[in-house]
Amino acid sequence: MKVLYFAWLRAKTGIGEEEIDPPAEVADVAGLIEWLKARGPGHQEAFKDLGVVRCAINQDYVPLSHPVKRGDEVAFFPPVTGG
Amino acid sequence: MIRVQREDFDVGAEIARLSGSGKVGAVASFVGLVRDHAGDGETVRAMTLEHYPGMTERQLEAIEAEARQRWPLEDCLIIHRHGRLEPGERIVLVITASAHREAAFQSCQFLMDWLKTKAPFWKLEDTPEGGKWVDAKAEDDSLAERWQQRREDGCLPTDQ
Repeated sequence: MKVLYFAWLRAKTGIGEEEIDPPAEVADVAGLIEWLKARGPGHQEAFKDLGVVRCAINQDYVPLSHPVKRGDEVAFFPPVTGG
Repeated sequence: MIRVQREDFDVGAEIARLSGSGKVGAVASFVGLVRDHAGDGETVRAMTLEHYPGMTERQLEAIEAEARQRWPLEDCLIIHRHGRLEPGERIVLVITASAHREAAFQSCQFLMDWLKTKAPFWKLEDTPEGGKWVDAKAEDDSLAERWQQRREDGCLPTDQ
């Protein structure tokens, strides 16, 4: 599974992209976030307030309850500010 | 058509390109620029726009398709820049072309409102106190939502 971080989530985790292999019990986005937080203080800081974290799976917006599976491209980022 | 690019664009040339067909009676355009100050009045020396390559194009294409479904557009163009931009520089261009002005005006505003809340871009302001990520505005969410509410009632935003 590929995980991407953008904007301040990238700055806080210190990485733009990582390849991960979470255990089978990680079934949805919320579960994945809990698992990622254990990877270090940067990840913990990035996911401190989930009210300002958005998620996309395979480049489509999804809620935290959305299932995740092997081979997914999962991206985490703050609310968008383009235009 | 959508384009995501680092380079600047020529507004006049793009408008001319969309105005060639005899079917087009109205062209509306919007240009977004970098301001020299933030929402709190702080000086902004430059702005860096980051985006999610791949998803950005997908989202912009979906937004364009939605506008074409709602209004009878002859043509439509969205250009969004990324990278480092200084005050006064152009960030985004939206052009809509239709037989009549209502469709052109409304779809142009719709495209900007939806783009603001759906296209995965993030702005980092370079201020005298360092880099600051721009926060999303609740106002932008409500501007986008009014188009959601009126989808089945002929596309008009609720405040018109």
